[in-house]
Amino acid sequence: MQVVLFNFEDEHDVTGDSSSNRIMEQQEVIPLIELIDIRKSYGNSVEAVKNISLTVQKGEIFGIIGHSGAGKSTLLRCVNLLERPTFGSVKVGDVELTKLSTNQLQKERRRIGMIFQHFNLLSMATVRDNIAFPLELAKMPRAAIKQRVDELLQLVGLVQHADKYPAQLSGGQKQRVGIARALANNPDVLLCDEATSALDPQTTNAILSLLMDINAKLGITILLITHEMHVIRSICDRVAVIDGGEIVEMGDVVDVFLKPQHSITMDFVSQIADSFDPRELIGTRDGRLVKINYVGEITYEPLLFNAVKSTAVQFTILQGTVSRMKNTPYGQLVIEFIGADTEIDKVLDELRGKGLEAGDLK
Amino acid sequence: MMMKLDWSQVRWEEVWQASKDTLTMLGASLLFTIILGLLLGVILFLTSKRQLLEQPIVYMLLSLVVNVLRSVPFIILMILIMPLTKALTGTTLGVQGSIPPLVVAAAPFFARLVETSLREVDRGIIEAAQAMGASRWDIVRRVLLLEARPGLLAGITITAVTLVSYTAMSGVIGGGGLGDLALRYGYQRFQTSVMIVTVALLIILVQLLQMAGDHLVRRFSRK
Repeated sequence: MQVVLFNFEDEHDVTGDSSSNRIMEQQEVIPLIELIDIRKSYGNSVEAVKNISLTVQKGEIFGIIGHSGAGKSTLLRCVNLLERPTFGSVKVGDVELTKLSTNQLQKERRRIGMIFQHFNLLSMATVRDNIAFPLELAKMPRAAIKQRVDELLQLVGLVQHADKYPAQLSGGQKQRVGIARALANNPDVLLCDEATSALDPQTTNAILSLLMDINAKLGITILLITHEMHVIRSICDRVAVIDGGEIVEMGDVVDVFLKPQHSITMDFVSQIADSFDPRELIGTRDGRLVKINYVGEITYEPLLFNAVKSTAVQFTILQGTVSRMKNTPYGQLVIEFIGADTEIDKVLDELRGKGLEAGDLK
Repeated sequence: MMMKLDWSQVRWEEVWQASKDTLTMLGASLLFTIILGLLLGVILFLTSKRQLLEQPIVYMLLSLVVNVLRSVPFIILMILIMPLTKALTGTTLGVQGSIPPLVVAAAPFFARLVETSLREVDRGIIEAAQAMGASRWDIVRRVLLLEARPGLLAGITITAVTLVSYTAMSGVIGGGGLGDLALRYGYQRFQTSVMIVTVALLIILVQLLQMAGDHLVRRFSRK
């Protein structure tokens, strides 16, 4: 484990205002979850997870994306040993969970919150009692439990629903109860098992922004699994794509999203990007087709116009996305340039000089 | 066939005593049945396949015992376990003497109902509790028994009704209560009026039990 001393005052850059940026920078270097050579097989034949190693850093939101049956659910359950890996070690913080006794493991699990696709709330207990459940397990005194539950109800915005039963709540409200319950014991880590997959798009976004809030305000590290690229793009800092029990691609979301390498990753990226494939344009246009990617603040600058205005080159935008990945703006355009090749090359060089990626569509 | 009923044959103080005996037998045997059946049912559930204490051999043995006890007709069971009854209560007669056979007959039945209702509890909730650091005991006490409460209450109701008919049967070996009354006067002495009174009382008792049980189940249902 590497230890890096860090002075974030020096690193504090001008682009971000927020304390969350500072937290992220500061935490960039501390590994919180370390999965080493995890394998999990059922019986002799089925291998759900094949030799996965993965480090999640303190304070980040790490996403694992994969199709159903890819092994992501099993992998997530290996982190708190709901599934005990057949081989490999799991470390959360400084504690190697795979070496603990049952009793010690039960205590350590209180530092690891978990939320679920189907919420898994006690149907016979009120919202308040559901949130109090982990505190009762931790033998917190009654008065302290009440106070803590009130705080948590406030945090997830369910104060007026405290005495309802889960069956009386909407999906989004149920997941808020799940989140409050998972946060009750002030965990370091929150594991999210397809937490938004049972929710409609609007509710999904509300839950995602709640998760991002929790990450920023409380500094809780989040490890989530999903099959929706939208979730990864909205809140994750890093992502691992898994398929057939193996990681096929891993990196910063911005990189993986804009430059997917593996075909599975491309599938997921196309969930979000326009389902229209720009390569279909080839041969249908007279001009030169160029694909441009850009990331960060330059997204909002009139670079394209500036680059062509001194030339005779004209352009048409054939396809384009300008959006945000978590807090990072980005754009992806397919442009038809009309003009002399040499002049177009000059335009492209100028764009590259500003930090854009530009290349002919192939 | 018209038969004139002679209501003067009904000795109300005996009916009253028999009713009290029936209620005592029912109350006492239900209490022990719930305690033993719950324990047995929880163990059956926990030791069954893919559960927290998976123990195939323990499960198989318990399951066998439960099945054997459930397949012996109550009337024969009463006679078979007389030595045990005598050892426990000092007598095989009367209210006391009928409680052990009632419990031995009803507890395995109730245990199966407990096992079934526990199986209905969503596995996801158990998993969530494990993820929160709950011990097995926490899960039984705070999750399983809580979540299965409507099912358990329904099971207790069914068991109570079954016990009412068992108490009536225990009259055959001198167990006392309404069944005993019906048998001695209504059957052996052809006093049909007594028979009708006791049967009516038993019907009322069963109705009340079922209504009370349904009410509780509704009260505790949250779905």
